[in-house]
Amino acid sequence: MNYGIDTSTDNSPLMIRTTYREAVRDAIREAILKDDRVFLMGEDVGRYGGAFGVTKGLLQELGPDKIMDTPLCESGFTGAGIGAALGGMRPIVEVMTVNFSLLAADQILNTAATYLHMSGGLFNVPLVIRMGTGGGKQLAAQHSHSLEGWYAHIPGIKVLTPAVLEDARGMLWSALEDPDPVLIFENTLLYNMEGQLPANAGAVDIDRACIRRVGRDVTLISYSASLFKALEAAETLAQEGIEAEVIDLRVLRPLDEATFLNSVAKTHRAVIIDEGWRSGSISAEISARITEKAFYDLDDPVERICAAEVPVPYASHLEQAALPQAATIVNTVRRMVTRHG
Amino acid sequence: MKKKHGTAQAPAAVNSHQHLRDLLYQMLRIRRFEDKCAELYSDMKIRGFLHLYNGEEAVAVGVMQALNPEDAIVATYREHGQALARGISMNTIMAEMFGKQEGCCRGRGGSMHLFNKEHRFYGGNAIVGGGLPLAVGLALADKKLDRKRLTCCFLGDGAMAEGEFHESMNLAALWQVPVLFVCENNQYAMGTALKYSHAVTNLVQKAASYGIDHAAVDGMDVLAVEEVAQKVAPAIRETGKPFFLECTTYRFRAHSMFDAELYREKAEVEQWKQRCPIATLTQQLKEQEKISDADLEAIEQLIHQEINHAIAFAEAGTWEPVEELTRFVYSEPSI
Repeated sequence: MNYGIDTSTDNSPLMIRTTYREAVRDAIREAILKDDRVFLMGEDVGRYGGAFGVTKGLLQELGPDKIMDTPLCESGFTGAGIGAALGGMRPIVEVMTVNFSLLAADQILNTAATYLHMSGGLFNVPLVIRMGTGGGKQLAAQHSHSLEGWYAHIPGIKVLTPAVLEDARGMLWSALEDPDPVLIFENTLLYNMEGQLPANAGAVDIDRACIRRVGRDVTLISYSASLFKALEAAETLAQEGIEAEVIDLRVLRPLDEATFLNSVAKTHRAVIIDEGWRSGSISAEISARITEKAFYDLDDPVERICAAEVPVPYASHLEQAALPQAATIVNTVRRMVTRHG
Repeated sequence: MKKKHGTAQAPAAVNSHQHLRDLLYQMLRIRRFEDKCAELYSDMKIRGFLHLYNGEEAVAVGVMQALNPEDAIVATYREHGQALARGISMNTIMAEMFGKQEGCCRGRGGSMHLFNKEHRFYGGNAIVGGGLPLAVGLALADKKLDRKRLTCCFLGDGAMAEGEFHESMNLAALWQVPVLFVCENNQYAMGTALKYSHAVTNLVQKAASYGIDHAAVDGMDVLAVEEVAQKVAPAIRETGKPFFLECTTYRFRAHSMFDAELYREKAEVEQWKQRCPIATLTQQLKEQEKISDADLEAIEQLIHQEINHAIAFAEAGTWEPVEELTRFVYSEPSI
């Protein structure tokens, strides 16, 4: 599924077919081969090959110094990642899922995010933490949540949410080059996504949102796996003559508000699609910014399509009902557009 | 008593007059500094939480003798003693507590968060146990980069009930990284006595259960602390293996400036004060005629002057402009 995204560029001589999972794996491999200070550690990243298969084969290829299996101690190995970063390394810490990252929340929030500030600018922490996020695989309430919006609340860290293959491939290196802690959230539903990628794909920026589809009638603002629901909805709407502009936030902190504010100034309508819960969410933040800074551009109140306010349930029909769906986006936009003709 | 030589920082033989006097001077310097901090707190010059080190000076001073300039230190929120003994200037520590931008962290950290790059002093951590994984990581970097240096991680008995302690012990032993864990067992986690926080109060046993070499020492005896630290530090650097050192000590003052000390008897405090590491060493040196009253007076004078100078420095310090409030959240591009 690539929903009509044109990933080719004029100067790319060779395109390869790949998956999101392989793109992340290639990015890890490249970083480790390129910079001797880079290594990856986390639970089951080595012998098991990664809980989601991302790091399969890397231990055999790169050795145990570069691909380190850790015990089950999220706080311990995340803190060790911070220490190693302070000691001159460029660690990539993999936390299996965002739910487990709460066991490391102390190290992420109280140490990584505060260290530079508490030390008056003396010590920066060049650490990258990758983790799985999102629901949709019937993994129930302790493996399915989308807490990246929570992390985006915290000053001192950066929060990346790669949705497309280029970003899965290119954000890691940019994150490693960043002097401060960067969290990368990989929606686990995306790992199997296939597509074309230039063979020489490389680093991408990690500070801007991106317009994935140009439109004039409504702005759909989303990120990560929800982006594809927004694009699917835009296809359906296009058949009805409604042209939706689709924005991929890419980065939740710092938030590139200029991109969505400019879009709203053009379309006069905004719908935010977020797999996190509605209350106190990143969608609430975006909605607030639109209200604060583009109020007079709006023809309609901002709409939000978020996860239902319930721990994600196991049963498939209930889980699907809890998560944002393309049909809901379509219906919401239809309602908005017809409201004013 | 024998002492290993060969480090840049190592003083002359442990029993030399000069070295013994220096140990006394360093402990006294911390004691007088802390007493002055308490006064300055009452004068509202220092605010926030202030945790004083009175009674525990032998631990920081004794351990610090064994560390090289290349070694790293991770400390707790009760870290003025470590910072001073490590050589961070008293001026910048005092200015930090006054909240001035001339402070070692520009007034962003305060008493609980002292940092210094030159001395590899990695804080000042106010999350109990939070510094331990960090120390493991610093040592892991040294192992990976094949640097023969150690990370000295101070922790309290309270931290040993935290999950991060057990995670860090396991990681340090599993990865075999050069960390010297120094437990300052002052027998209280804030106001909760050891026996109320630990099912097993024999603390070295916890390190032993992770296969980590360990020792317990009288933390009120600076010479004993130094001796064991001098013995184990080179071995940690050489073998790259962690070591756990328990120093039994006692906090003479309240936990912080907000503590009414309802949880312990005055008699107990007085009993421990009889074992004051400074009084003990002074007594020893006097009996051995290694120090005179005039020497002591000179030391007191020297410290008095330094503290006064530090206060003047802090008073003369400036407030960081509020316009700079949001600096140091992310790294600034180097010019």
